[in-house]
Amino acid sequence: MHMPSSAPGMPGAPHTSHEPVIAVRDLCFAYGDEPVLDHVDLTVERGEFLAVLGPNGGGKTTLLKLLLGLLTPRSGSVTLFDGAPKAALPRIGYVPQYSTARLDFPVTVLDVVLMGLAGTRRGLLGRHWSRDAASIDRAREALEQVGLSGMEKRMVGELSGGQRQRAVVARALMAQPELLLLDEPTASIDPQGSFCFFEFLGTLRGPHTLVVVSHDLSIATSTFSNVAFVNRTLVHSRGAGLTPEMLTMLYGHHEKTCPMGAFISSVSGLFPVLPRMDELPPVATTAPSGSLVSADATPSPAAPSPAAKDA
Amino acid sequence: MLDALSYDFMQQALAASLLASIACGVIGTLVVVNRLVFLAGGVSHAAYGGVGLAFHYGWPVLPSAIGFSVASSMLMAGVALKRPEKADTAIGVLWAAGMAFGIILIDLTPGYKADLMSFLFGSILAVPLTDLYLMAALDAALLAMVALCHQTLLVTSFDREFAEARGLPVRTAHYLVVGMTAVGVVMLIRVVGLVLVMALLTIPPFIAARSARSLPSMMAAATAWSTVFCVGGLALAYRWDVTSGAAIIAVASAGFMAVSGAGALRRAIGRRNPQ
Repeated sequence: MHMPSSAPGMPGAPHTSHEPVIAVRDLCFAYGDEPVLDHVDLTVERGEFLAVLGPNGGGKTTLLKLLLGLLTPRSGSVTLFDGAPKAALPRIGYVPQYSTARLDFPVTVLDVVLMGLAGTRRGLLGRHWSRDAASIDRAREALEQVGLSGMEKRMVGELSGGQRQRAVVARALMAQPELLLLDEPTASIDPQGSFCFFEFLGTLRGPHTLVVVSHDLSIATSTFSNVAFVNRTLVHSRGAGLTPEMLTMLYGHHEKTCPMGAFISSVSGLFPVLPRMDELPPVATTAPSGSLVSADATPSPAAPSPAAKDA
Repeated sequence: MLDALSYDFMQQALAASLLASIACGVIGTLVVVNRLVFLAGGVSHAAYGGVGLAFHYGWPVLPSAIGFSVASSMLMAGVALKRPEKADTAIGVLWAAGMAFGIILIDLTPGYKADLMSFLFGSILAVPLTDLYLMAALDAALLAMVALCHQTLLVTSFDREFAEARGLPVRTAHYLVVGMTAVGVVMLIRVVGLVLVMALLTIPPFIAARSARSLPSMMAAATAWSTVFCVGGLALAYRWDVTSGAAIIAVASAGFMAVSGAGALRRAIGRRNPQ
């Protein structure tokens, strides 16, 4: 199989080295007979901020679960830090979709953040973390880092959607992870809040490698270094920027008269500060056939994959 | 009124109330925060299948009922884990099937008929001393179990996906909670009856959750509320000579409505006078 050629990071990108943190090779996955991911390749290097975009049911969350080792690929391989995903769990900070946690749960913000220390010791019995002064100080620092100082005594249900999301990021930071994986972090935040949240995520880049799964276009305002489009297949490009072609891949073809079509054709004017994709160096991408397609091989949008059915 | 306390049966009823309240406070909290109330209902009703088996084949009742309900609870827990969208239906089927199976077996058994009413309502006023010791042992085992794995239970109950990604034994913890529920519920049914178990499993934890700041404090508050309801109910039963289990449930339900009503009132006032 081909290896994606590495391209130089964006000018001024912090701490990007060519050490691969994530290496996905020719990965296929299906739920039953329903193919979800088809011959996917992806390389993420240390210090990069990868935005994973795609429609609902396109396989974004499945890709994240494969990276965490919670699902096993049908074929192909997933390597994290040169090893199996399960072995890398202690080095990963995972921020699940907020809907997986219980809002009415009797737990303070401080205790939620302390849960981030879980997993350093295995086993059903016994203590996974200690609630000593050092751990509590560390939790306070994590809360300060996400802008929630002084909130540690609040109940988790009293926080706003954006604050809750920052609290679970603080929880992920407790284990001092090298890689942060976030699944739809803005799903429970209003649009204004999600701009702020993505901006905040940009500040974490550097010591952490970030992979953020989203179908929220406000991620376009954040300082991501690469984009991957997942809709059964995966198209990866280094450099920040959304083009009408990418949006077409995400949302399908629309007539110009359709509001979505009008939006797509106006998008390059919406985010004028970002470089257009076709100005960026070509990076290896994959198509269903597994052939090498360069990202600037437009105008015709990169093979719209068979519309994945909603999961 | 206080003269009631001089009766042996009343003292034993109060002891049974306290012991049942501890078990219900601990199990009920785990059931409520894990949204397993329907599953607990299914497990406890299906236990009647075990009672039927015991009577039909002359097996000892308690081990048969526990074995039957643990087996059916593991089945329900497995479906809840692997096919969450089907769990509701599967629990409903096992709930009805277990109960019908028990009734048919008892119908087919000649001679003494076990009383369905005592399975449903129990008799907190006639708890033998041996059952009190059995319940004390159950409470001790439950508290020890929860204390030993409380961090695992906390993380897996709060956020299962996160717990899984941290490598915690999420599945084992799920089966443990369901298994503890099955064993605990059967032991309590024997003493206070199915209907009272369901009431004490849900109402006190619901009230406790409104002000609790942690899982242990929710368990303690649920135990306290449950004890208050039991003592209040027993007093009512004594004063007006009504069924004790029903009186306890009446007091608990009144408490539930009072707390919900007060909460709604507070929210309405809060909306009118925002800080």
